[in-house]
Amino acid sequence: MTHETLSSSSSQAPAAASAWTVTTRNRASSVAALLIVAVLLAGIAAPLFASRSVLQDLFFILTMLTLAQCWNLLAGYAGLVSVGQQAFVGFGAYVMAASVALGGFDPVVAILFGGLAAMLLSVPTALFVFRLHGAYFAIGTWVIAEVVRLLLAQWKALGGGTGTSLPTGVARELPGVRLVADWFGVRPAQAADMVYYWLALLLACAAIGFAYRLLRSKQGLGLAAVRDNGQAARAVGIDPNRIRFAVYLAAAFVTGLAGALIYLQKARISPDAAFSVTDWTAYVIFIVVIGGIGTIEGPIIGVVVFFILRNLFADYGSWYLLVLGLLGIAIMLFAPRGLWGLFTERTGIQLFPVRRILAGGPLTKTIKGGPHG
Amino acid sequence: MALLETQGLTAFYGDFQALFGVDITLDAGETVAIIGANGAGKSTLMRSMSGMIANAAGQVRFEEREIGALPAPDVMALGIAMVPEGRKLFPSLSVEENLLIGRYGRATAGAWSLQTVYDLFPVLKERRNSPGTALSGGQQQMVAIGRALMSNPKVLLCDEISLGLAPVIIRDIYAAFPKIRAEGASIVIVEQDIGQALKVADRLYCMMEGRVTLSGTPASVGRDEIHAAYFGAHTA
Amino acid sequence: MNWLDTIVQGILLGGLYALFAAGLSLVFGIMRLVNLAHGDLIVLAAFLLLVLVSALGLNPFVAALVALPVMYAIGWGLQFLVLNRTIGDDILPPLLVTFGLSVVIQNALLQGFSADSRRVPVGALESASLQIGPISVGTMPLFTFLSAVGVIVGLNLIFYRTGLGRAFRATSDDRATAGLMGIRADRIFATATGLAMVVVTIAALFLGTRANFDPTMGPARLIYAFEAVIIGGLGSFWGTLAGGVIIGVAQTLGAAINPEWQILAGHLAFLLVLLVRPRGLFPRALD
Repeated sequence: MTHETLSSSSSQAPAAASAWTVTTRNRASSVAALLIVAVLLAGIAAPLFASRSVLQDLFFILTMLTLAQCWNLLAGYAGLVSVGQQAFVGFGAYVMAASVALGGFDPVVAILFGGLAAMLLSVPTALFVFRLHGAYFAIGTWVIAEVVRLLLAQWKALGGGTGTSLPTGVARELPGVRLVADWFGVRPAQAADMVYYWLALLLACAAIGFAYRLLRSKQGLGLAAVRDNGQAARAVGIDPNRIRFAVYLAAAFVTGLAGALIYLQKARISPDAAFSVTDWTAYVIFIVVIGGIGTIEGPIIGVVVFFILRNLFADYGSWYLLVLGLLGIAIMLFAPRGLWGLFTERTGIQLFPVRRILAGGPLTKTIKGGPHG
Repeated sequence: MALLETQGLTAFYGDFQALFGVDITLDAGETVAIIGANGAGKSTLMRSMSGMIANAAGQVRFEEREIGALPAPDVMALGIAMVPEGRKLFPSLSVEENLLIGRYGRATAGAWSLQTVYDLFPVLKERRNSPGTALSGGQQQMVAIGRALMSNPKVLLCDEISLGLAPVIIRDIYAAFPKIRAEGASIVIVEQDIGQALKVADRLYCMMEGRVTLSGTPASVGRDEIHAAYFGAHTA
Repeated sequence: MNWLDTIVQGILLGGLYALFAAGLSLVFGIMRLVNLAHGDLIVLAAFLLLVLVSALGLNPFVAALVALPVMYAIGWGLQFLVLNRTIGDDILPPLLVTFGLSVVIQNALLQGFSADSRRVPVGALESASLQIGPISVGTMPLFTFLSAVGVIVGLNLIFYRTGLGRAFRATSDDRATAGLMGIRADRIFATATGLAMVVVTIAALFLGTRANFDPTMGPARLIYAFEAVIIGGLGSFWGTLAGGVIIGVAQTLGAAINPEWQILAGHLAFLLVLLVRPRGLFPRALD
């Protein structure tokens, strides 16, 4: 059976509608759904048997995955290639740090503040960068990130250019840390790692769930239409900039949450680290490109590959980044759909099917789009 | 001996098969017209011969050499110049620059130079410093023809040069063809305006749905035959 | 504080930024490609000059003459072998490949030269200055600015007065029709990037002799260059020079108020222009 993607499911041949069903699922994805549930359960239970260092590694993987999903949503689906997402990581982190250190807020509330602040920042930011197109959009986002970094470096209460440490004991104030410590009989520091991990897991799942829901929704179809042909999308009443703006806002929110969580766990913040283009954009781009841009699975594969490479070669410093850069270039040139793209081409398997698939109907009929069709 | 010929030429336009085994020949010094309705495959044939699109099967031979696989710049360097459909002047270039760029890939000396092109179309000399796209449609067509002549080509391919132009302008442009022939170029004209084409052509091919349906000299083929070859027998 | 002096220093600094930006402007004008590794290529050229000066004992200006053809060849090869594969309707491949290239160049330089700050020595010229009326102007900054003007004049001559320039513009207008004129777009693109690397080498000469540089400073140079191009308006070389001057003056004025505000003031000037004149001051090309 052939799987055809349908660009406009509702307007196609009403006479045949009884025979055709539009679905985004296939058998492999049903099996995959079970697999995902199993992985999720194992993920939730992981702190019960994993060591602290493993939990910290998993925390790193999950937060990078969150950032990668956000960037993928922007670049892979909305056509917004940003190299300035560090603006939202850093801003979310700084607002979290200010809420905790200066405002005395509960850390979880502070994380939410971080996300909201990043989203608020994205509104004026969009005003500037949406005037730029393509590559100029990319560098424009970078300029914004630099401006935010330079401004926050002036904030003397948070250490100016050298940064500051969060008050000691912040981790212990996390709701549930004491509870976890009592229940599992572990020291508060370990209990904090467990809670950070669960928060990161929650955030990563939320990011994936959000991307999945969005792409399967009507808005998601609009996004695909905008990506494939902005002009045509406009002609059928989709405003590309509106959808893009919404995605930009949502990505900023989630990126800000991730930034806040990452720096809560690090417990030390500085402008250069929190707004690092290497850590929060270059790595994220490599994760998405290596795994496969424009798919939900890609960043998941990518983050695993990235983590393995990092553990094997991180000691080699700049050699490691050099090889990562070459790998990214090679994949972009020779396998632009990444590792997951290679895998799907061979097997047809999708874990998160978001492409519309036409199933059933008369097998003799083929949908053909010739020049006059 | 044929200067330019196609044998069994098959080509696709995207997924759409536009040519089904087309055979045509052009002898040295000859002017050949290819006529046919919209979508008959005439322009695809021209694009195949000029190297703009790759042919799927068959051959294009120029001076006994297979050129079907060559890209457009290589074909042009051998001496096949094209006046593309829609004129396609470069908007960033002035009239004179549009003419000069015609010899970028083949600066062969010959009858045609800036001076002789201006002699052929005197109005272009007056507008030499205007942006090419500021001219009227007819004048733009003159620039496009002059641009192709600047390389002193052996073969001049003219794709739909009367499209969208007023009859009086078309007559002016076709008035240049005897001079172009006299300087030695062999010419292929693709036209929907059959009347003009037959006036200058030594031979004609009529195409329909990607195939040659009729060939001969203007004197030897009748109006009804052309009509049938053009629109299909069932409408004749 | 002497405002006139500050502004003159800013204008001269703007010459350096215009040199950073001219290559970017050239390449974008012809093939709509933005090379995110542009800043790193400037730093690469500066290290090439450093090697030529320190290993062969060449005068920096002679070293630049030696480096010019080398950088031209690097640019030509990079475009012909790598970047041409990425040109198309999809904006992702060129962006991601040049971003990867930026990371590769930076880390290769870190590996080869460490993170230490370097400087290309120019001897007495370093501190030489001219007294023009009430203000003192450094000889090297003045020479930088004059070189920027020279480069802009040269690029305009090539673009609007030569056959190569006609081919650049024709290819930019319509690649398929340019092919019918015998223009091989892949080689035109390679030549354009080669030419951009010639400008990059001139920029690197003044970057390397004016102040310290290290392998990680490329991205910031890219940003200044980009800001100058956008302020000036896409496709206008003189606009690029004006954009560089605006960034330079904003930076020196910002620094005069508070040294920490130098870079920030440049960025804010850029954002202000973007807000008021989104297509830049002297737009020429439609993007």
